[in-house]
Amino acid sequence: MGNGHTEHKTLVERLQFIDRRIIFVFIGLAVVIPLLFGAVLKEETTPIVQTFFDTIEGLPEGSRVLLSFDYGPTTAPEIQPMVDAIVRQCAHRKSKMYMMALWATGDNLTGETIEKVLKPEFPDYKYGTDYINLGYQTGNQGLIRVLLVDFKMMYAVDASGTDVDSIPMMKNIRNLKNFDLIVSFGGGSPGIKEWVLYAGDPGKIPVGGGCTAVSAPLLYPYYPNQLIGLLGGAKGAAEYENALINAYPEYKGRKMAGMKLMMSQAVSHVVIMFFILFGNILYFIQRSRDKSRSMEAGR
Amino acid sequence: MKRRVPLAMVFIVSLFMVIQYFVPLDSLAWMYQYLLDWTIIIGVFALLLGIWSLWHVSYGKIKQRAENWQYSIVTLAGLFIMIISGFIPGWGNLNNYVYEHLFYYVLVPIQATMFSLLAFFISSAAFRAFRARSILASLLLFAGLVIMLRFVPMGPVSTVVADLAGWILRVPNMAAKRAIIIGIGLGAMATAFKIMFGIERSYLGRD
Repeated sequence: MGNGHTEHKTLVERLQFIDRRIIFVFIGLAVVIPLLFGAVLKEETTPIVQTFFDTIEGLPEGSRVLLSFDYGPTTAPEIQPMVDAIVRQCAHRKSKMYMMALWATGDNLTGETIEKVLKPEFPDYKYGTDYINLGYQTGNQGLIRVLLVDFKMMYAVDASGTDVDSIPMMKNIRNLKNFDLIVSFGGGSPGIKEWVLYAGDPGKIPVGGGCTAVSAPLLYPYYPNQLIGLLGGAKGAAEYENALINAYPEYKGRKMAGMKLMMSQAVSHVVIMFFILFGNILYFIQRSRDKSRSMEAGR
Repeated sequence: MKRRVPLAMVFIVSLFMVIQYFVPLDSLAWMYQYLLDWTIIIGVFALLLGIWSLWHVSYGKIKQRAENWQYSIVTLAGLFIMIISGFIPGWGNLNNYVYEHLFYYVLVPIQATMFSLLAFFISSAAFRAFRARSILASLLLFAGLVIMLRFVPMGPVSTVVADLAGWILRVPNMAAKRAIIIGIGLGAMATAFKIMFGIERSYLGRD
């Protein structure tokens, strides 16, 4: 009896300190399998995302939207789906898109968005009249402060070195106040917070943002007074895609990137929750055993 | 003299920055703009300083055959290959073939892999550390589970969970974050005043 009790206790203890590689395998499978099968999870759009969508939807044709690519490859899987969705919507609304980057790595991702979304899906959209890639400039928040006063001082040429004065859509741009909306992608620094503090608030320019799920709770306090809306992680992207599908029927039935990520994320979260609950059950079993053992020892 | 001049400069410039914010004069706005240009220039020099620092530390490690010195060779190789591929004359700008291929097929997978590893480590850490040991820990565990559950489709229950998760994010989370933000703001202001009046001098170094 005594031996059996000891063996059982050892099993609980062993399970509590399970080899982490076993957890890794479960998480790996939970992430990969839904992605391999291309399973899609549709998300209902929440108000914080819907307000953002409605703001762009309400912009008149030819409105100027500044898209700042303030992220890198680390967060691109989460952020790129929201970038693609917003670029699609702006193109449908015939907004003029000004793309720039506060992060050096954002420059290449801007090019990727143009090549993979704008050019193939909106061939009528012309460089220089409908969209422009201004590229990366150093300076972080200092750059934003200069842009608020004099845009062309920092962006005298576009990403390919063309003089911006020769580009039609840059003719009437003097500073950030000439834009109808600023959208920053990326939750790091510099990013959404800096755009709010150094451009949105002092210039009274509407600012919206898309960031990783980890950064979203830090940015919620800025909504709704200082941010028109916020897309948080893959869920935010999937919600935006849902709003896009509802507004533009041509996207119906299309498996969009954010929605695909959501299924993978949902399954992996279930696995993590299972492990947390399992760990707690083991913890309580262990605790009750320890208590009864100490009581026995007390007698 | 070595300390007084920088201290005086800091005091004058910071005082000017405070005054210009409250006084709407064209001359002050011009000066403010002029100083902003300086920040960009200083930023560029900081970048050069960063490159020099990376070279200095990595080269030192290689020279002394310090622990894991081989990684420093990879660091320096990566640094110089990216710089050269972006600067080679005739390749125009950063959209050249070599730079783009290095970015998309080396940097992107490396950084994405590094970030993805977090999922594995967080899961393992959550299993070991996320325990209902006390009332506060139980509250944290409950809130964490609700936030995670909102990503999981559960039919009609999803609406309740989404509302609860939304409340957690909007009310307790936002209250805590706002308190932190206000605290940071006040702290930054106090530090700024300390630097302005020369009480905080650590930026001057030890000499």
